[in-house]
Amino acid sequence: MRVVEVKLYTRITRQVYGARGSLVFVKTLPGVRYGELVELDVDGDVRLGQVVDVSQDVAVTQIFGSSLGITPGKTTVKLRGERLRLPISIDMLGRIFNGLAQPIDGGPPVIPEDYMDIHGEPLNPALREPPSEFIETGISVVDGMLTLVRGQKLPIFSGSGLPHNKIAMQIVRQARVKGKEESFAVVFGAIGVTFEEAMYFLNELRKMGAIDRTAAFIAPASAPTVEKLALPRTALTLAEHLAWKHNMHVLTILTDMTNYCESLREISAAREEVPGRRGYPGYMYTDLATMYERAGRVYGKKGSVTIMPILTMPDDDITHPIPDLTGYITEGQIVLSRDLWRKGIYPPVDVFLSLSRMMKEGIGPGKTREDHHPVFGQLYRAYADGQRLREIIAIVGTESLTERDKKYLEFADAFETKFINQGEYERRTIEETLDLAWDLFSILPEEELAIREELIKKYHPKYRSQK
Amino acid sequence: MPARLGRIYRIAGPLVVAEGLESPRMYEVVYVGDEGLIGEVIAVRSEKTYIQVYEETTGLTVGEKVEATGRLLSAELGPGLIGSIYDGLQRPELEIGRILRDIFIKRGVKVNALDRGKKWVFERNAEIRVGEKVGEGDILGSVKETPLIDHKITIPPGIRGIIEWIAGSGEHTIEDTIAVISAGSVKHEVKLYQIWPVRVPRPFKEKLPPSEPLITGKRVIDLIFPIAKGGKAAVPGGFGTGKTVMLQSLTKWSHADIAIFVGCGERGNEMSDALKSFRELFDVRRGRPMMERSVFIANTSNMPVAARETSVLLGVTIAEYFRDMGYDVLVVADSTSRWAEAMREISGRMEEMPGEEGFPAYLASRLAEFYERAGRVIALGSPERTGSVTIFGAISPPGGDFSEPVVRNTLRYIQALYALDYELATRRHFPAISWLTSYSLYVDFVREYLDEVSGGKWLEYRNLFLKILQRESELLDIVRLVGPEALPEEDKLLLEVARMIREAFLQQNEYDPNDAYSSLEKGLLIMNAIIEFYNTSLKLVKSGVPVFKIRELKSPYLIYRFRLYALEDVKKLYEEFKKSFKKEIESIMGESSGS
Repeated sequence: MRVVEVKLYTRITRQVYGARGSLVFVKTLPGVRYGELVELDVDGDVRLGQVVDVSQDVAVTQIFGSSLGITPGKTTVKLRGERLRLPISIDMLGRIFNGLAQPIDGGPPVIPEDYMDIHGEPLNPALREPPSEFIETGISVVDGMLTLVRGQKLPIFSGSGLPHNKIAMQIVRQARVKGKEESFAVVFGAIGVTFEEAMYFLNELRKMGAIDRTAAFIAPASAPTVEKLALPRTALTLAEHLAWKHNMHVLTILTDMTNYCESLREISAAREEVPGRRGYPGYMYTDLATMYERAGRVYGKKGSVTIMPILTMPDDDITHPIPDLTGYITEGQIVLSRDLWRKGIYPPVDVFLSLSRMMKEGIGPGKTREDHHPVFGQLYRAYADGQRLREIIAIVGTESLTERDKKYLEFADAFETKFINQGEYERRTIEETLDLAWDLFSILPEEELAIREELIKKYHPKYRSQK
Repeated sequence: MPARLGRIYRIAGPLVVAEGLESPRMYEVVYVGDEGLIGEVIAVRSEKTYIQVYEETTGLTVGEKVEATGRLLSAELGPGLIGSIYDGLQRPELEIGRILRDIFIKRGVKVNALDRGKKWVFERNAEIRVGEKVGEGDILGSVKETPLIDHKITIPPGIRGIIEWIAGSGEHTIEDTIAVISAGSVKHEVKLYQIWPVRVPRPFKEKLPPSEPLITGKRVIDLIFPIAKGGKAAVPGGFGTGKTVMLQSLTKWSHADIAIFVGCGERGNEMSDALKSFRELFDVRRGRPMMERSVFIANTSNMPVAARETSVLLGVTIAEYFRDMGYDVLVVADSTSRWAEAMREISGRMEEMPGEEGFPAYLASRLAEFYERAGRVIALGSPERTGSVTIFGAISPPGGDFSEPVVRNTLRYIQALYALDYELATRRHFPAISWLTSYSLYVDFVREYLDEVSGGKWLEYRNLFLKILQRESELLDIVRLVGPEALPEEDKLLLEVARMIREAFLQQNEYDPNDAYSSLEKGLLIMNAIIEFYNTSLKLVKSGVPVFKIRELKSPYLIYRFRLYALEDVKKLYEEFKKSFKKEIESIMGESSGS
């Protein structure tokens, strides 16, 4: 169903008053609609734009492309009388597009099932189903400590030079839901990435044979600012289409959202808006939320949209507006640590700063394993104790340590090198992850385990070997 | 009155400017555009009328009509409120889903807040007779809305006169007239529901001092920083400090008769999680599903920004309505920061002179107007009754920095602060309420009540707890430099006790069935046990017993387990602790006197 709004108003004008950055100021024609699409003809080169502010005299148009060559009085502006709607189809799986859903892989255009407004609409909160299905990523620290569930939005907070792309690809490669073979798709959006990064992603997807169930959207660093702003929305529009129309479980990976936010700031500055913190617009929270809130599950629908945005924290600062606002919207965060990475730990996940808010819904008997909850708590506490002891010995030395303290230090080391640390191509099942945790518990004094006795008898290596 | 019409002059996101509108009134409702999107007049400047639109404005065009209604944005108040899930304009969201047959919310949907067709059983108040004089707030009868809520049908504020007719007990829809009141030549028809503008506080007879605590089931609140019925509190916390979990927990367990949860610009998945648990969880005190005493307002972060303000106001208006029936109502607004951000966005579009960090200069007065609607009051009308509205507002400060404008301005209007601490949250100390920065100005008001329940000891014990915790934070600075062994014995003991206060008393596990809710009695038992341990051990230490001896005792560890048991078992554990502690102490004394 193609919704075409009133075409009657389609008009052409040459009355361009001026241009600044990606904004073009045009005379308001009768019937110009807020948010409608315009075409600018610059000496035969047609560029798209959108009306972002309209008053009696001037319509402010933001163009998806460069303003190079726009000349007041010469450039013609045509009102399209409709909103920006992009062709969307399940056939987009296996293909590569730019931010405006145009193929960039040399293949033929996709025959659309629908033309959709990429801004989407808010999911009815009363119809949402709380996410609770465990996604096994095969990465111990994620499955064990930061469990991801279907319909969740869980970002990776990284820093420049850290292996967030590798982790994202490992998750794409390994993610599955226990005991179920259901239609599963990956929508991958790369915003403002370098050529090298884009190539890495495409090669990885090809290598894993996942390319057939993956749709990739790529706006390289050199793409126009507005295309970078459109890209995550285009990707999510396809994700929603696959989830709600085709009953698929869709994992959407968006990287690097820091580039997106920079583009947002750029446009906001061009529009001379009152800036919020560090020059980012005051509505950045809402802007990000309208994208991330598109994740979820719905009563009566089989599919789901899971979103994993990746962002690099400027200066590794978690209080910077980008990670800060993201953290307020998403259901937790996976934070990467430069210290661990320097120690050679992959994936270098900082367990203390990371969190999965949907975890409690997704673990336990029938979902992962009966001991998951207490094991998680024990790992966290023991690692925290070890960490605290590390701080103490940094000041007072190892002299005053008791035997017990030494065990906790040993545990903290083992937790990092054996539990967190794993191969980029190594997949551990949730059972293997939990058993590994029990192996580490055997370092600790048994009476200090805050776990129910029957679970200790069942899973502790000491008793396992007796059977 | 002929419709007053104007036309759209400018559209900028949620802000629409109209011209040609004859004598626009501030805050009147206008229908914008041919679809009739709902908006509200927020400024009038010479010929131009500024309208904030509560729905998506895409597709509107310059020149479309704007129709002024002369009405203020209002709430429908009557049977059917309880158990509802509303958006910021009081449209029931399940109804929206049914009408649209879609999982998405589209703009321009017109749905009544209260079901017009549903029949309610009206129970007439036998005291009210035809020909009698009645006034605003008088109870005409009631409707058993849910097994927990007796919905009183009152005469709306502003109406008084002689009862000319009143319906008998029986089934009625909310639009049926149930009484006719004549005031001179004017006849007022009273129905089961009434309309009230959300920006106007509902009137009452008298405000009362907040002398009764609102029990929340959280020890750190009830016994350390108590909140009073009719109180106003802020809960600031960075992300991941457990703000939403704590607020949802308050809505679930507090001793309020009615809980109103306003999800304002927050996560949809969390909202659905809360809804699910409210349907499944049973009220501990009354054994009924919590949904039977709750109202939800869900305006998630991806829904229209301007409606964040109306969600908050709608929530507090519904609360006042139930307060006037004589109920204690709790309103939780999560999060007021998102509302403030919405104000900032609209203000920016209006090109107003910004205050701090881009927030409008009137941020403070808006916050004040909101929080001032809390209070314990004697309601209008007879029979005389008292009710209260208690407000908890969440704040999400950027970067967890409490010096930002929303936190600082809120602090001027609230009486209790529950500051959530990032450090505590990473240590998995929940609720992560910082004992060093939080405060409650209700301590003196509720002291009499709590002292009576606790046998006169509460305030003394509470202050001792805080003193120990304060001293602990000083000592920990020293320990970081010189290690724990360098401390004098008395301080070492203090560290032990402080740890006990933190882990056995302040912490509460939201997911443990026995620990999620803690009665006053249980909290006081733990308090007593810790004080007993401290006083006795202190005597020993002063008489020369080293602290490591005390650390070796087994019985104090019992105290750590108290919180995981139900009250009856805690009583037994407490007796057990007293007995075995005494025995262990005696054996230490024996040792030291024997040596």
